[in-house]
Amino acid sequence: MTDSRETILAVRNLKVSFSTPDGTVEAVKGIDLDVKAGETLAVVGESGSGKSQTMMGIMGLLAGNGTVTGSAKYRGQELVGLPLKALNHVRGEKITMIFQEPMTSLDPLYTIGRQIAEPIVHHRGGTFKQARTRVLELLELVGIPEPKRRIDSYPHELSGGQRQRVMIAMALANDPDILIADEPTTALDVTIQAQILDLLNSLQAKFGMAVVLITHDLGIVRHFASRVAVMRRGEVVETGATTNIFERPQADYTKLLLAAEPRGRKEPPANTAPIVLEGANVAVDYATGGGLFGSSAGVFRAVDGVSIRLREGQTIGIVGESGSGKSTLGRALLRLIPSSGRYRFGATNISDFSRSAMRPLRRQLQLVFQDPYGSLSPRQTVGEIVTEGLYVHEPQLSRAERDKRAIEALKEVGLDPAARNRYPHEFSGGQRQRIAIARAIILKPKVVILDEPTSALDRSVQGQVIDLLRALQKANGLSYIFISHDLSVIKAMSDYVVVMKNGRIVEEGDTDAIFEAPRESYTQTLMSAAFTA
Amino acid sequence: MISFVLRRLASAVPTLFIVVTISFFLMRFAPGGPFNLERPLPPQTMANLMATYHLDQPLWNQYLTYISNAVTGDFGPSYIYKDNTVAELIGKGLPYSIQLGSYALLLALIGGVLAGTLAALRQNSVLDFLIMSVSTVGVTVPNFVVGPVLTLVFAVVLAWLPAGSWGDGSLRFLILPMVALALPQLAVFARLTRGSMIEALHTDHIRTARAYGLPPRVVVVTHAMRAAMLPVVSYLAPAAAALLTGSAVVETIFTIPGVGRYFVLGAINRDYTLVMGTVVLIAIFVIVFNLVVDILYGLLDPRVRHD
Repeated sequence: MTDSRETILAVRNLKVSFSTPDGTVEAVKGIDLDVKAGETLAVVGESGSGKSQTMMGIMGLLAGNGTVTGSAKYRGQELVGLPLKALNHVRGEKITMIFQEPMTSLDPLYTIGRQIAEPIVHHRGGTFKQARTRVLELLELVGIPEPKRRIDSYPHELSGGQRQRVMIAMALANDPDILIADEPTTALDVTIQAQILDLLNSLQAKFGMAVVLITHDLGIVRHFASRVAVMRRGEVVETGATTNIFERPQADYTKLLLAAEPRGRKEPPANTAPIVLEGANVAVDYATGGGLFGSSAGVFRAVDGVSIRLREGQTIGIVGESGSGKSTLGRALLRLIPSSGRYRFGATNISDFSRSAMRPLRRQLQLVFQDPYGSLSPRQTVGEIVTEGLYVHEPQLSRAERDKRAIEALKEVGLDPAARNRYPHEFSGGQRQRIAIARAIILKPKVVILDEPTSALDRSVQGQVIDLLRALQKANGLSYIFISHDLSVIKAMSDYVVVMKNGRIVEEGDTDAIFEAPRESYTQTLMSAAFTA
Repeated sequence: MISFVLRRLASAVPTLFIVVTISFFLMRFAPGGPFNLERPLPPQTMANLMATYHLDQPLWNQYLTYISNAVTGDFGPSYIYKDNTVAELIGKGLPYSIQLGSYALLLALIGGVLAGTLAALRQNSVLDFLIMSVSTVGVTVPNFVVGPVLTLVFAVVLAWLPAGSWGDGSLRFLILPMVALALPQLAVFARLTRGSMIEALHTDHIRTARAYGLPPRVVVVTHAMRAAMLPVVSYLAPAAAALLTGSAVVETIFTIPGVGRYFVLGAINRDYTLVMGTVVLIAIFVIVFNLVVDILYGLLDPRVRHD
C-alpha cells in the first residue's frame, strides 16, 4: 500500500566521509533510500551505523571535516552540492529537523517565541510581530500549556519534554513536506517519550508530512514506523515494511538486533533466603539555594521514607524517571551519603556506623555506575583500575597474587586478561562496563548496586552485559539492586520491582505481578509508555 | 536591578578599604623614602621635611590620618610635585587619559572582535593564520617599541601625523598614541573572540539555525556572535580599567599630559600619597567596570539575569 505513494526524497549511492588525522573515515558507504509522501520511515541502527550522518549529509549539516557525495533528490531537486542559498530554501521550509538534545538544540539567549518565529520570518517574510499569532497557534498545537505566557520564556525555563515540543513547533512552522526526527526521545524520560511520539504521530496524521525517524529503539520503530531501513556500519542491510522486518527479518544483522531485545526471567530466591541488606524508613535531604552567606536555604527531600529488604541471591529492580530518587536511594543504602533511617548489613546494625567503621564492609558492598567513560580513570591501566580495591581491602596480597586475581576477574567478565596493560580509551563502551564490573567483583562482594549499568550501551551490547551480570550472580551468589529507567532491562534482570516517584515508593512487588497487573495508575502509565507495541 | 547595583556598590567599600590598606603598608615597607636623593640632604633639613609631612609619626598614626583624610576626599599633597595636591594632579591629567583611553578601548574592541570573528569563520585558513600572527605580535611586542616605530614611520618618514603632544586634542594628534595603546588589547580581544566564536559555531543550536535555513549572516551575527561575546565582555572590565587610567609608556613617548606616568613616577620616587592616589583611582575604575560588565552580562545572557 505504501508503495503506491510518490517518492519525495530519493537517496542514491550516498557517501559521507570524514577526514581525520588517521586518514579518511567512511561513515556512510553509498546507500540508497526512498522517502515516500506521508509515510513514516524509521532508520534504525546502533551508534556508529551512519544513520544520523546520512541525514546530516543530505541537509548540509556535516562537521567541517565531512564531505558528502552521491545523490539525494527532493522532488527532483538535487540537494547534494546545492549552493547554500538554494539549499536554505529547502531547509526549514520543505524539510525540517528535530534533534536528540532538546536541552542544547535551542539558543539559550533568545525566547522560544522568537526562535520559532525565525524560520517563519525568513522563509515567509513579514516581521517577528506578525509571526507571533502563528507562533501562539503552533505552541497550542504542540501542547505547551499557557502559550501566551510561555512564548516569552527562555529555553532554560522549560523542561526537556517542553523543549522538544518547542522544537516540533519550529519544525511545523512552515508546513514541511518531510520532518526528520533524529533520536527525538532518547534524552527524555519514558512517559515523556511516549507523549512526544504520540504528538508526532497525531501531527503527522493531521498535516500529512513524511517523517524520517532516526532511532536505535526498536520499540519505537515497531509502534510508529510504516517502513524500516536497518543500517549497519554505513550500509543499509535491509529495507522493508515494519511488520515484515519484525516478523520475517532477512538480514542476519536484523535478526541479531531483534534478538538483542532483553529477554528471559530471573527466578526469585527462596522466601527463607537470609536478608543481606536492609534499609528501613530511608530519607535523604538536600539543601537547596543559599550561597556563601546563605539566606534561608530550602530543603529538598530526595528520598522520603523508603524501606527496602534485599535477600541473598535476589535482584531488586528500582524503576523511576529522572528525579525520582532511585540513584540517591542506592547511595544511601551503601551509606555513601548522609541519610536518616535504620540500616542492617547481614546481622550487623550499621545505622550509626561512621565512615571509618563502614570501610571494612565496603568490599562486600560494591557499586557500578552508568557512564563507563566517566567512571574509569583515563590515566590508569585496566590492571591498576581493577586491582585498586585490593590495596585497601587485602593489603597483604603479593604482587603476583594481585595479578592472578586480576586475571581471574577479567576472565570472569569475558575480557582477555591481556587487557590488564591497556588503557580504558582503547575499549568500547561495553568492554569498559565489563572492566567496571570486574573492578567490583574482584573484591568478592555480597551486594552490588548497579546504577543504570546498561543505559549508555547499544541494545546488542546491553543484552551481553545483562547475560554477564546474571551469570556472575548465579556463580557467586550475589545480590543486586538494579537501578534503571529502562523497563525491559528491569524485567529481564530482577525478580522484585520497586517503582519510585518523587522520592517515594509508588508500588512494589514480584516482577511478574508488576509487569502483568500493575495496580497504581503511575505504574500503568510507565508500562504503557515503555511497551507500546 | 537597582538593588543589585546598590548591593554591589556597597560591597565596593570594604574592597577599596582593603586595597588602600595593603598598598599603604606595602609602599611603606619598600626601602627608601620620598626625600632620599642621590646626594643626601643635611640631617636637619631631612628632619624638618619629615615633620612637615608627618612622616616622623608612628606608622599606625599615619595610616589612620591617611584613611580619615581620604574618606573626605583629601588625598594629601604630592611629595614630588610640591605645589600640587594629589587630587589636583589626578584631576588635571585624568580627562586626557580618559579621552585617549576611550578611543583606544573602542578601537581595540571593534577591531579585535572583527578580526577574531573573521579568523573564526575562516578557521585554519591563511587569513586566520595572518590575524593570529599579527595578534601574537601585538601581545608580545611592548608598546615602548611599537610607539617609536609608529612615530618613525608615520610622523618622521611619511610625515602624515604629528609625532607627539596633545596638540589641540584633535584626532590627528591622538591616532598614533591611540594605536600604540590599543594594539595589545586589540590582540587579546581578537584571540578571545576567535576562541569563543569557534566554540559557539560548533554548538547544537547553531546546527539548529543552519538546519532551518537561516541565512549565514543571521546564524553568525544573531546566534553565534551573541554567545561568543560573553567571554569578551568579561575581559572588558580589566581592559577598560587599564586603558582609561593611562599608560606611563605611551603617555611619555607621545608627551600626553595624562595620569599614566604618575603611578610609575610616584612609585620610583616613593611619592607615597601620589601612588596611593593612583591606586585608589585604578581600584575605583576596576570596581565600576566590573559592575558594568556584570550588568552587560545579564543583558546578554538571560540565564544570569540579576533581580
